[in-house]
Amino acid sequence: MKAILRSRLTPLVALALIMALVPMIAPTSFHLRVAALVWIFSLAALGLTILMGYAGQVSLGHAGFLGIGAYAVAIGPARLGLDPLLCLLLGAVLSGLIAWLVGRPILKLKGYYLAIATLGFGVIVALILHSETELTGGPDGMSVSRITLFGWRVTGALNWYWVSAGALLIGALIALNIAASPTGRALRALHDSEVAAAGAGIDVSAKKLAAFVVAAVYAAVAGGLLAAMNGLITPEAASFSHSVELVAMVIIGGLGSVFGTVLGAAFLVVLPQTLTAFQEYEQAVLGLLIMVFMIFLPQGIVPSLRAMIEERLP
Amino acid sequence: MSEFLQLAFSGLTVGAIYALIALGFTLIYNASDVINFAQGDFVMIGGMGTVFLMAAGLALPVAALIAVVAAVLVGLLLHRLAIEPARGASPVTLIMITIGASIFIKGVSQIIFDKQFHSLPAFSGDTPIPVGGATILPQSLWVMGTALALVVALYLFLEHTLVGKAVLATAANRLAAKLVGINVALVLALAFGLSAAMGALAGVVATPITLTRYDIGTLFTLKGFAAAMLGGMGNPVGAVVGGLLIGLIETFTAGYLSSTYKDAVAFLMILVVLLFMPRGLFGSRTVERV
Repeated sequence: MKAILRSRLTPLVALALIMALVPMIAPTSFHLRVAALVWIFSLAALGLTILMGYAGQVSLGHAGFLGIGAYAVAIGPARLGLDPLLCLLLGAVLSGLIAWLVGRPILKLKGYYLAIATLGFGVIVALILHSETELTGGPDGMSVSRITLFGWRVTGALNWYWVSAGALLIGALIALNIAASPTGRALRALHDSEVAAAGAGIDVSAKKLAAFVVAAVYAAVAGGLLAAMNGLITPEAASFSHSVELVAMVIIGGLGSVFGTVLGAAFLVVLPQTLTAFQEYEQAVLGLLIMVFMIFLPQGIVPSLRAMIEERLP
Repeated sequence: MSEFLQLAFSGLTVGAIYALIALGFTLIYNASDVINFAQGDFVMIGGMGTVFLMAAGLALPVAALIAVVAAVLVGLLLHRLAIEPARGASPVTLIMITIGASIFIKGVSQIIFDKQFHSLPAFSGDTPIPVGGATILPQSLWVMGTALALVVALYLFLEHTLVGKAVLATAANRLAAKLVGINVALVLALAFGLSAAMGALAGVVATPITLTRYDIGTLFTLKGFAAAMLGGMGNPVGAVVGGLLIGLIETFTAGYLSSTYKDAVAFLMILVVLLFMPRGLFGSRTVERV
C-alpha cells in the first residue's frame, strides 16, 4: 500500500481514470467546459509546482506568462495571419525566452524580495496588455480564432475536454519525470539549502533559472489553450488576482504534489461556479475557505491526507 | 518650474499615503515576519466606513474615529483568528492566509457597503492654495500633515515608551524578548492594531482625493508592499522614503511621460533597484549563516 502511495505512476493513473470517468457522469456540456477549465488551470499551476514545490522559489506574477501565451494565440492569427497552433508553440517559446531574460537577474533575490520582483513583472505584463489597445484590443480584450489540429477544427465542449485533458496528462508526465531526474533532485536540494546544494556541486542559479523557464512554458501553453477554448481573451488573464489564484491552487492542493495541484485547481475553478447561486457571498466564502484551508492544512490537502493514511498503515 | 512643483506636490501627497501603508507592512513584518496582504484593505475600511457613517448622519470626526476603531478590530481579529493559529507555517502559507483575509474583507465589504465609488467632501474646502507658482489643495496638506504626525508619533512611541521598546525588542529577537519577560503575544496584537489604525487613518484623509470602493485595497497593498521593499523590508525609515519615492516617480511619469504606464514605472524601478541593491535602499547587509 505504501509503495502504491509513493509510486511515481500513481497520480498519473489516478488522473487518467478520473479524466475517463468525468465525461460519463457530466450531465451537460457546461460541466464538461468547467472540467476542461480545471485541466487547463492544473497545467498552469503544475509549472508553479515545479518552481515552488520542487525549487522553493515563489512567483507572484505567474499569470503574466499565462497572459503572454494567451495573447500569442490571439494576436498571431489576427494580426500576422499565422496558424493558431504554431502560435501556441511560439507563445510557449516566447514565454520561456522572457522568463530566461527576466529570471537571470531576479532569481538572485530571495524570499519576499523575489515575491515583489515577480509581482512587479506580472503587473507590468498586465498593464502592457491593457494599454496597447491597437495590438491587444485593450481592456475589452480580443477574440481568438479556432485552433486546427492536423486539419481537425477543435470546437465543442467534449473536444476541448479531451484536448485539455491530453495536454495536462503530458504536462503531468513531464513534471513527474523532472521530479525523478537529477535536475529534480538538484532542485529539491537547493530548496532545502542553497549553500549545501552549491557545496555538493549543483549550479544553483542555472537550476533555478531552468525551473523558472519550465514554469513559464507551462503557464504559456495553458494560457494559449484557455484563449483558444474561450474564443476570447482579456487582460484579466494576466492580472495579479489570477497570479494569486495560481499560487493558491499549488498550496491548497499540497506544495510539490502533482495530484495535489490538480485537486487545488479543481477546488478553485469549481468553487466559484457553485457559489454563483449565492452571488453576493461568493468572494467572502472564497476568502474564508482559502484562510481555513491554509490554517488547518498548511501542508495542503494531499500531503496531509497521505500522512494520515500512512500513519494508520502498518 | 511651476509644473514641476505642481507634480511634486501631488507626488508627495500620494507618496505620503503609500508611506503610511508601507509603515503598516513594516510594523507587522518586524513583529511577526508576516507580510500582510490585507494592509490595503484597512485603508478601504477607513474610507468606506467614514463615508457610510457620515451618510448615517454622524459628524466627520466621530465617523472617522469609529471607522478607525473598526479597522483596528479587524486587524486584531485577523491576528487572533488567522495568523496566531497558523504560527510556525511557512512564509508562503502565511502570505496566502493574509491574501485569503483580503479577499474575505472585500467580500464582506461589498455586502455591508456596496460596489460603488464613494468620496468624502474635502475637510477644509477645495480652494487651492498658491505656492511658488503652483497650487496645493488643502486636502493634500491634510494627507501630508496626518502622515507626518503619525510617523513622528510612531517614532516617539517606539523609541521613548516602554511598550514601544518591547515592540522593538520583539522585532530584533522574539525568543530573547520572551526570555526577558516581554508579553510577545500582546506585542504582536499591538503591531496588527497599530498597522490597521495607520492604514485606516490614511484611508480617511485620502478618500476626498483618491475616492474609495470595496476593492480599492489591492492597489494600495501592491504600492505599499512595493514601497516597503524599495526601502528595504523591516526598515521604518526605508518604508517612508520608499513610499514618497514611489509617489513622486508615479506622478512625474504620469506628468512628463505617460499616464498609462505610471503604475508600470513604479514596479520597473523596484526591479532595477533590487538588481543593484537586492535588499532595498536601506536594507541591512545580512550575512547568510550556514
